[in-house]
Amino acid sequence: MGEIFSIIIAAILTDNVVLNQSIGICPFLGVSKKTSSAVGMGLAVTFVIAISSVVCWMLYEFVLAPLAIEYLQTIIFILIIACLVQILDIVLKKFAPTLYNSLGIYLALITTNCAVLGTANAVITNGYNLLYTFIYGTSIGLGFMMALVLMAGIRERQERTIIAKPFRGFAIALVTAGIMALAFMGLAGMFA
Amino acid sequence: MNNKYTSALTGGLFSNPVFVLVLGTCPTIAKSTNVTNAVGLGFATMFVLVFSNLVISALRNIIPDKVRLPAYIVIIATFVTLVQMFISSYLPALDASIGAFIPLIVVNCIILGRAEAFASKNDVVTSVIDGLSMGLGFVAAITLMGATRQFLAEVLKIEIFAKTAGGFIVFGLLMALFNVLIGIYNEKSKAKQESLEEKEA
Repeated sequence: MGEIFSIIIAAILTDNVVLNQSIGICPFLGVSKKTSSAVGMGLAVTFVIAISSVVCWMLYEFVLAPLAIEYLQTIIFILIIACLVQILDIVLKKFAPTLYNSLGIYLALITTNCAVLGTANAVITNGYNLLYTFIYGTSIGLGFMMALVLMAGIRERQERTIIAKPFRGFAIALVTAGIMALAFMGLAGMFA
Repeated sequence: MNNKYTSALTGGLFSNPVFVLVLGTCPTIAKSTNVTNAVGLGFATMFVLVFSNLVISALRNIIPDKVRLPAYIVIIATFVTLVQMFISSYLPALDASIGAFIPLIVVNCIILGRAEAFASKNDVVTSVIDGLSMGLGFVAAITLMGATRQFLAEVLKIEIFAKTAGGFIVFGLLMALFNVLIGIYNEKSKAKQESLEEKEA
């Protein structure tokens, strides 16, 4: 139980994907202009990370490792992720059109979110079992969502301020993210 | 014809993948803690970029439009696996420090972005030039980040710059600097053009 708790805390707060591991920064910068779209993207990513890390784990344990073809890991994993995103696209379109419309293009973008592939790889490297894989994947997704929503909140405020010309756009967003990451480093001390 | 090559050649600078297009930000921040890692990952990415551009542009009339993205991803993943195998067998020290980020080259948006925006529409030679130029642009950017962070963290002993937070801040400041320089350059070339036009008139 204690180990599960520490996995959750680490994945969400102290070892946050975006702010500590610097993975998944593209969508973090690209989709953090509005809080509403940040929530949608965060949910979609959480869902995909949780499922894909479990599916990739199973495939690695039951197919790649027994056949000793681990070198195909990268190709297989990215194909699984691309397929999952495609399936999710079709399923949501059919059964949850409102959610589908609110996610829009973000859904397709998840394939190239390196947090998804990164988590699938990390689970294998860390040697987690199936339960831990699922918990870790979900927590990583939630951590991503939290960072995204917090960042969107800050950027919505920033819209109304006057920013020096060279800093407009991504430059100020990066500096903001850096200061946010600094704040999160303080949390690492609390749970260490 | 000539113009096509030069515009592909200068793409790495004027539409720098990192500072202007803001692609491939994850490896730029994660592995720019020192120059060695930055150069290693930069060239690994450049290799994949050049060869995937080459293959994708050679196959651009064969790959059906509907399945082009999965096809591109498989081509890119193949080259990434090659790089991964090469680094883990010949460069074990580099593998220990940037190994986790090598498979993530697959999802580096620079590569898929260039495949979709450039290699799928242009001939092989131009695509390879574009790959080299964009690749060098990436190497230059990530090395600049690596050098800056290593200087701040190791020479000036400000340890925060070795962490992700410092990476974000250095990236933001360098991007602002790049914006200033591009702004100055654009103004100068505009002024030059205007004075030329005045002379002609």
